[in-house]
Amino acid sequence: MKIRIGQLFAVFMALVILAGCNPKRSDPNTVEIWAMGAEGEHIQELIPEFQRRNPDIEVSVQVIPWSAAHEKLITAYAGESTPDICQLGNTWIPEFQALNAIIPLDSLVHTSKIINADSYFSGIWQTNLLDSTVYGIPWYVDTRVLFYRKDLLEKAGYPQPPKSWEEWKKASRVLADRELARYAMLIPLNDWRYPIIFGLQNGAGLLRDGSQYGDFSGERFQEAFNYLMGFFRDGLSPLGMTEITNIYQGFADGYYAMIVTGPWNLGEFSRRLPPEMEDKWATAPLPSPDSTYPGLSLAGGSSLVIFRQSKKVEKAWKLIEYLSTVETQSQFYELVGDLPARVESWQDSSLANNSRVHAFYTQLQHVTPTPKVPEWEQIAYKVQQYTESAAYGELEEEQALKNLDSDVDKLLEKRRWLLEESAKDE
Amino acid sequence: MRSAYLFLAPAMTAILIFFALPILAAFLMSFTDFDIYSLGDWSRARFIGLDNYWNLLKDPLFWKALKNTFYFVLVGGPLSITVSLGAAVLLNSKLVQFKGLFRLAFFAPVVTTLVAVAVVWRYVYHPRFGLMNYLLGFFGINPVDWLGDPTWAMPALIILAVWKNFGYNMIIFIAGLQNIPEELYEAAKMDGAGPFQQFWNITLPMLAPTTLFVAIITMIGYFQFFAEPYVMTQGGPLNSTLSIVLLMYQEGFRAWRMGYSAAVAFVLFFIILIGSLIQFRLQKDVNL
Repeated sequence: MKIRIGQLFAVFMALVILAGCNPKRSDPNTVEIWAMGAEGEHIQELIPEFQRRNPDIEVSVQVIPWSAAHEKLITAYAGESTPDICQLGNTWIPEFQALNAIIPLDSLVHTSKIINADSYFSGIWQTNLLDSTVYGIPWYVDTRVLFYRKDLLEKAGYPQPPKSWEEWKKASRVLADRELARYAMLIPLNDWRYPIIFGLQNGAGLLRDGSQYGDFSGERFQEAFNYLMGFFRDGLSPLGMTEITNIYQGFADGYYAMIVTGPWNLGEFSRRLPPEMEDKWATAPLPSPDSTYPGLSLAGGSSLVIFRQSKKVEKAWKLIEYLSTVETQSQFYELVGDLPARVESWQDSSLANNSRVHAFYTQLQHVTPTPKVPEWEQIAYKVQQYTESAAYGELEEEQALKNLDSDVDKLLEKRRWLLEESAKDE
Repeated sequence: MRSAYLFLAPAMTAILIFFALPILAAFLMSFTDFDIYSLGDWSRARFIGLDNYWNLLKDPLFWKALKNTFYFVLVGGPLSITVSLGAAVLLNSKLVQFKGLFRLAFFAPVVTTLVAVAVVWRYVYHPRFGLMNYLLGFFGINPVDWLGDPTWAMPALIILAVWKNFGYNMIIFIAGLQNIPEELYEAAKMDGAGPFQQFWNITLPMLAPTTLFVAIITMIGYFQFFAEPYVMTQGGPLNSTLSIVLLMYQEGFRAWRMGYSAAVAFVLFFIILIGSLIQFRLQKDVNL
């Protein structure tokens, strides 16, 4: 039998045209939601209950991987194919607001019986505010605390986790000197959060003059940076092994005794550490530069936002409300292990009775957001680059921070211009 | 004549819309500061003339990326060609059994996706549990943190790239080898030439056209060095594996500074153009 190329071509073109029409868009009853990674996988299990309560609303979930999320969202925005609702890392909110891609939710929150600012951790709620307008509803929270080997610190003479920077460094020295661990602390150099957390703890503003210039050579940040670099200088943290494929084995082996990391590792550590390690590790809120324990940490996590192109704001809001109820939040914790954004959900027994989770609860009362500028991701990337460079001794600390400032100033040039323009208009 | 254009029209239209226009748009974009702000509101893009190119020349990251890319091309390229040639000569030898099997084995990495390969190689390079350091241990060499040490990260990627790609050039070389008339070797043997002399005086000169073709293709491919560092190191540590294309990608799709990123793309275009022109000139000299 002969294949008729003409027919084949016609069918192909028809398919292309059909695909271009995107019939999904025209369905007024389907709310489309994008979620990342594990959240995306598990949110599907919450949907049947929502549909039982709202039989007239269909929900279509699309899972996108974290590593590609940012690019995909921007591309979707440029191609006008954004969903109705999306999970958004809360440091991304300023960027999408600057793009004019997401809508303010104030009026919706005002009339809502389920969502109000007081039910959330205030530091977390703050991250969703831009000029006191709310753009996202916190979905789950994330912050960094200290994970440590209880047994090793006890042997070093610290039955309680360190509470101040001084004590932290001292304990680290003992751990390393007495060879209780090969390294006291693991500080991955591919993560910008370490220098930023230390800076924020020490009261550094990070940016100055209305977030128009970098302030990393400022005294406060410099001090914090110097403290952090001390871990590398004194050989308390490994330099090279940025490629640790298995941080769990390293922790179990006593390759390192402390790490500052997030809630997802509660589950991972329990699962992956050998069973005899189970009662040998604990978590604690971060030490502070002075006597005001606990020190600050980052207000992380994800929020739910509604895109401007959505024509189903009301239905989308119903879904957000459902995902924000105390019961759904607790259920979500059980499914994914993500810490609930609503304070009330923490009364849930499985959360309240877990001492390791409790460190997060305490820490969440002491969190602060990163500067809310759309350029933050780029700035953070530069911070990571120069931290790495200083840790390797490629640049002197002071020089690294100076260069960092000058790079950040360049990144913020456009912002300064826009601010000037809008000042002219007024 | 007119009907010829009619037949050409569909292809030309496609090329115009999907090839020429985007390139032109990117070229124009490289003279603006098109970025994330401009995406929402076009009036927020400014025409800034040659500033992007100027800033690029002042950007230490660009020079580092350029240096790394040349490192990769100048070390990795010749190495890859040498290994391919060596493998081709070995496989072409009459003494080798199971030629098909070896050919398949050497060609398999070429058709395997890099992401899958990268996962395996990350383990090979693992400083504590990796195969590479295990093998070095037999020679009493201390473990190397292959991907975490700025001096070793690039050699590590070169080894990976050569391993992954030499099979392709090898197949081309084998085709070239099979085109060399057997009489030449027989005549050389009569004159008492050893295997090394045969290789030097017959195989190499007869392979010159093949080698040039392979060299150009390899150079162009290696200048676009991207996937290996993207998957394995993200350009780190200390930007020691940051390539030009990776820089372009990071500026364009991570920082969304499209104007700047377009400028990087055009600089790379000119470098490859110059490289190709030099090789074409060489090709003329060899007189093919």
